[in-house]
Amino acid sequence: MAIAKLLIANRGEIAVRIIRAARELGIRTVQVHSAADAEMLAVKMADEAVNIGPPHAAKSYLNIENILKAARDTGADAVHPGYGFLAENAGFADAVEAAGLVFVGPRGDSIRVMGDKVAARVAAEAAGVPVVPGSDGRVDDPEQAKHIAMAIGFPIMIKAAAGGGGRGIRIAHDMTEFETLMPQASAEAKAAFGDGGLYIEKVIERARHIEVQILGDGTRAIHCFERECSLQRRRQKVWEEAPSAVLPQSIREKLCASAVALAEAVNYRGAGTLEYLYDDVTHHFYFIEMNTRIQVEHPVTEMITGIDLVREMIRIAGGAPLSIRQKDVKMHGHAIEVRINAEDPAKNFQPAPGTVTALRVPGGPGTRFDTMLYQGYQVPPFYDSLLGKLIVWDETREGAIARMRRALDELEVEGLSTTKPLHQLLARDASVAKADFHTRWLEPWLEANAHRLNS
Amino acid sequence: MAQLLSPLPGTFYRKPAPDKPSYKNDGDKVAKGDVIGLIEVMKSFTEVRADAAGKIKFLVDNEEPVMAGQALAEIG
Repeated sequence: MAIAKLLIANRGEIAVRIIRAARELGIRTVQVHSAADAEMLAVKMADEAVNIGPPHAAKSYLNIENILKAARDTGADAVHPGYGFLAENAGFADAVEAAGLVFVGPRGDSIRVMGDKVAARVAAEAAGVPVVPGSDGRVDDPEQAKHIAMAIGFPIMIKAAAGGGGRGIRIAHDMTEFETLMPQASAEAKAAFGDGGLYIEKVIERARHIEVQILGDGTRAIHCFERECSLQRRRQKVWEEAPSAVLPQSIREKLCASAVALAEAVNYRGAGTLEYLYDDVTHHFYFIEMNTRIQVEHPVTEMITGIDLVREMIRIAGGAPLSIRQKDVKMHGHAIEVRINAEDPAKNFQPAPGTVTALRVPGGPGTRFDTMLYQGYQVPPFYDSLLGKLIVWDETREGAIARMRRALDELEVEGLSTTKPLHQLLARDASVAKADFHTRWLEPWLEANAHRLNS
Repeated sequence: MAQLLSPLPGTFYRKPAPDKPSYKNDGDKVAKGDVIGLIEVMKSFTEVRADAAGKIKFLVDNEEPVMAGQALAEIG
């Protein structure tokens, strides 16, 4: 069933992005919004807008009942969840389909399998995709734990099976330390979660974050090459590129093929991303998780392949098979995205909501700015701090970095603090220029360069 | 009666977590420096502390939006 009217169950820049794709496909749009978001750009752009509740996300953007009612009241026949909020909520996907609407994304069951770390790991192994070496699931017997530790090699991370958010994690560098830490970790897990169960995993010390974009129509899947997102602060990506500057072609082919194998094994439908850790010394890659939605950094892939990922996911949701064959997916040039957040880098990235008093948007060759901003817009304090994404493309990585410097210098957002000064420094950094970084590179760099961000 | 004002715009929480009891209830005695709630601004949380001692009466409910400078509670 081709989609005629699409409801966007999200906000901010991604809502704007989805409206643009829908409009190009001739699809009418319904933008839902909280009481705090009545003036947001996507509301102004959409054909219709519906207030779905108070500012607090739990009462609006996470309120499934109100979203489905808005769809019914406006006669929408499909729902796009964007990213965050309900995008990876299997129950929401099911509820949308049960209401007779199209969910622009995978089936609820795919979200369920890939959203569960253990189930995703099992599915990956079954599809022949390498995972981080470790105990497959929990390990309760100390002798068995020692055997596994010996087999996978140190350093080893000990995690609480019932834990989450980094709690209860310990790192052992040798067997003596391992034997001391295992009982400690188990006792702590028992106290914190009422379950002393542990699992163990090899620590990939100098890992890069590399992820593969895939598109599937439920039968067939293709990849659109990789992105590298190793520059992270508190596990949040701040700078993303495509392709990775360090991946040898032979490894790229294996990595991307593994992503397609896993996507086809689970009959994946829609756009998705498989995240991996990559060790640039050994050239080994390890699957860590899958995101069953469009991602913030999708534009860098669009820039190097020319594929409109959001348009393609809407077409697939409308019942069309993949319109692209793998052999037609070509990579050209290099793209970089930086996240412009309402945060003050001089004050330890303190959130900085406020009113945009003046705005100058960069333009020119190979430059794209996906944003929710306009002059006079009041950025509400209730949601995440992403204001927009500055994306540049050029034939070479070096050229793209020069273009990023130029575009950042053009960008002016007055009235609130943004992360632009951070990106201006990164775009002039010698290690960044050489792509000499890993996932734990940025945080020490921020400490060492704090004085430059404070001025 | 002294009014305790919100230092930031955002969402006010009276509990440390959704499944936890409130920091303080109406009528509780608070000491200067006691945590009485949280303000969430763009997914970052800041503790709100009593700036005086006395009995507290809340003026804002859990999970309500607040503006910077808005009175959250009265203490006296």
